[in-house]
Amino acid sequence: MQNQLEVRDVSVKYGRQTVVDRVSFELESAVIGCLLGPSGCGKTSLLRAIAGFEPLALGEILLHGENVSRPGQTLAPEKRRVGMVFQDFALYPHLSVGANVAFGLRGMSGRQQRQRVAELLGLVGLSGLEEKYPHQLSGGQQQRIALIRAMAPRPEILLLDEPFSGLDVELREQLAGEVRTILKREGVTAILVTHDQLEAFALADQIGVLGSGRLRQWDSGFNIYHEPADRFVADFIGQGTMIPGRVLADGRIESSLGILSADFNQQHQAGDSVELLLRPDDLVHDDESDFKLEITDKVFQGAEYLYTLSLDDGTELLCLVQSHHDHGIGERIGIRLAVDHVVAFPS
Amino acid sequence: MTALLLAVPVVLVLSYLFEPAGEVWSHLVDTVLKDYVINSLLLMLGVAIGVLLLGVSTAWLTSMCQFPGRSVFEWALLLPMAIPAYIIAYTYTGLFDFAGPVQTLIRQWTGWGYGDYWFPEIRSIEGAALMLALVLYPYVYLLSRAAFLGQSICVLDVSRTLGNGPWRTFFHVALPLARPAIVAGLSLALMETLADYGTVQYFGVSTFTTGIFRTWYGLNNAAAAAQLSALLLLVVFALIIMEKISRRQARYHHTSQRHQALTRFQLNARQSFMAFIICSGALFFGFILPAGQLLWWALTTAEESLDSRFVGLITHSLMLAGAASVLALLLALFLSYGKRQLGSWPTLFAVRLAGMGYAIPGTVIAIGVMIPFAAFDNALDSWLRAQFGWSSGLLLSGTLVALIFAYLVRFLAVSLQTVEAGLGKIRPTMDEVARSMGTGSGEIVRRVHVPMLKGSLMTALLLVFVDVLKELPATLILRPFNYNTLAVRAYELASDERLADASYAALTIVVVGILPVILLSRTITRSRHAKSA
Repeated sequence: MQNQLEVRDVSVKYGRQTVVDRVSFELESAVIGCLLGPSGCGKTSLLRAIAGFEPLALGEILLHGENVSRPGQTLAPEKRRVGMVFQDFALYPHLSVGANVAFGLRGMSGRQQRQRVAELLGLVGLSGLEEKYPHQLSGGQQQRIALIRAMAPRPEILLLDEPFSGLDVELREQLAGEVRTILKREGVTAILVTHDQLEAFALADQIGVLGSGRLRQWDSGFNIYHEPADRFVADFIGQGTMIPGRVLADGRIESSLGILSADFNQQHQAGDSVELLLRPDDLVHDDESDFKLEITDKVFQGAEYLYTLSLDDGTELLCLVQSHHDHGIGERIGIRLAVDHVVAFPS
Repeated sequence: MTALLLAVPVVLVLSYLFEPAGEVWSHLVDTVLKDYVINSLLLMLGVAIGVLLLGVSTAWLTSMCQFPGRSVFEWALLLPMAIPAYIIAYTYTGLFDFAGPVQTLIRQWTGWGYGDYWFPEIRSIEGAALMLALVLYPYVYLLSRAAFLGQSICVLDVSRTLGNGPWRTFFHVALPLARPAIVAGLSLALMETLADYGTVQYFGVSTFTTGIFRTWYGLNNAAAAAQLSALLLLVVFALIIMEKISRRQARYHHTSQRHQALTRFQLNARQSFMAFIICSGALFFGFILPAGQLLWWALTTAEESLDSRFVGLITHSLMLAGAASVLALLLALFLSYGKRQLGSWPTLFAVRLAGMGYAIPGTVIAIGVMIPFAAFDNALDSWLRAQFGWSSGLLLSGTLVALIFAYLVRFLAVSLQTVEAGLGKIRPTMDEVARSMGTGSGEIVRRVHVPMLKGSLMTALLLVFVDVLKELPATLILRPFNYNTLAVRAYELASDERLADASYAALTIVVVGILPVILLSRTITRSRHAKSA
């Protein structure tokens, strides 16, 4: 299948500062990608480079096989058939909802335009709102209008810049799911930029984690969580603790929690000192277990308790336990390891 | 570049601070300068007390207390802004001087004659301060009202739950919190006080502005007039700084982002009556009485006044105000697009500089415009005479060009602020979203910018138009010989004690002046609806 988007070795610079550093990835048609990272990691600059708002210092960008950006040559945004949804939605206050959605439709008769607008409004469950004005809509409705306005001209690719950050937390999760359904139904190729990993997991097929301008990992959400490529990704995604360990001659790892054997995501030599990543779901509470740890803190999360457990050497571990196991702080509880993916980094 | 050109008059006047003092200057210092300084300071003090009392009390009552008529006062209290100080001054003179209806009435009732009784002299420094305070208090009213409303929910309710009544809440919480806003309003009122020429001249109070006039015309000494102007400018700058600092503090004083419809103090019958008296007093003396008097005069002199000369006045005024407001709008558009597109600090600085003129007295700007224009004319004239043997005469000075240029220097800030505010509402993402949908720059301007800016552009036009119409001292100095406008004619007739004859011109100015007040009160009502929604 032909790649809808190819980003090859792309760098973006502001003056002498490199904000995007030789990033490469590809996106197939009808796939939803996500650029995930903390603020200032360069994800928005990369998105704006794909849209054509930022020139490239290095590399090239291909849209549907056509070279649209290379150093010294940037095809103007209005010529590259992208759709963009901004954080502030940027709806035009002087235009009705219908006129907003129809803004990018050209070469169509008035009747065709109305038809397309009605079809899109129906898609997001807002039929009949054509005559309303943006300020009469709720935040979630405005967001959907901004989305279908960008989708209306059937762009090659849809770019979403933190599209949910202006909304309430509850609404965010609900909308992320809805937006995925809509994009999938329409077969839209899209890239989402966000700092919220749950949003990325809920929406994207492929996630790229960016740190300090570099692409650390380009993978599925599952792999990014369970097999992070480096410490940055491991720290940024999910919760967890690093504990020290040592690689034995047979390839297993010895740590203060005992000897662990599993597949490694990285090659280590016998005798190497490593650090092991332990997620809260890698530790399972088991009253039968002889291995007991002291509870130093606990947070009620509804279905589960998140316990902080302390090893004798003071290292703290996190453990998720179903909330009917209610133990007090200071109590020692039995723990069993359930590590499917041992993630170890050289220390 | 354009912005810099507009800053020339101000910079030029300031440069006279460093000029060696001439003979006339030392003469001024020996004789009248002390009077100018003392009178200006006294006047400022009087106006300050007046606007604080009127402005803060009415703002508190209309924003925090509930009494009959409150919602009408809310906007009506702005009406005095429509009356230029020189016009209220001569209306009050007409009402209250010896031959006026009030004193005549007293004499009829009591049978007293001249000298039998004491009556406050309206044409005095106290009178001038009162006149200025009556029309300038809306500045303080507006800004402190906004401050009171802004602080509403968070701190005032806390104070009330802690058991403080309206008075304690006012003095211990609301007033200290609103102080920066009040000071900002006060500085604006004081700037206007310093800029006033018509009132003090009419009341025979010697201040800086009248001094500059006298030095310019009477002593014919441009340098000394410029030096006086420079001195005045220093005081103005002090006020500008005071205003800027207060505004910055006012921003930090918003302790909460949440605004909720506030519950107003319910006043009892006696309190309501007092509140009503205070608000209606300010409104009556600041607007209804002078406007009513003008209307009465206008009606009684309709036949003589409404002649072709009056039509001429209107044409002149409309032409000047129209030309100045359109030019100011074009310049403002040019500058604010430059700022938006380039955003570099020289552009920002230039825009700032160009926006400063509003605080500067018209008299000072007139001097600052006159000197370079005259120098240019003389230089051109002598060069032409030397080269070609003919004289160009005065090409720029004493023409409408000079006058309109002065208007631009003074009022560009008004249209600049309005246009910038309008342009600020078009967020950069709105341009970008249009481009991502395949829209070119020209189309963006046509389909997004023009429709979104339309309101701001109309407002900018209107505000400058009205300001130019009201402007007196700069017009007086720079107008071409015998070229009369409404403001100039009203002032001249009043100076000749033909108060009733001046009423038509004055009334026209007041009526036009109400337009921006309506705009202002509409924005206030709208923001209130937005808050309660």
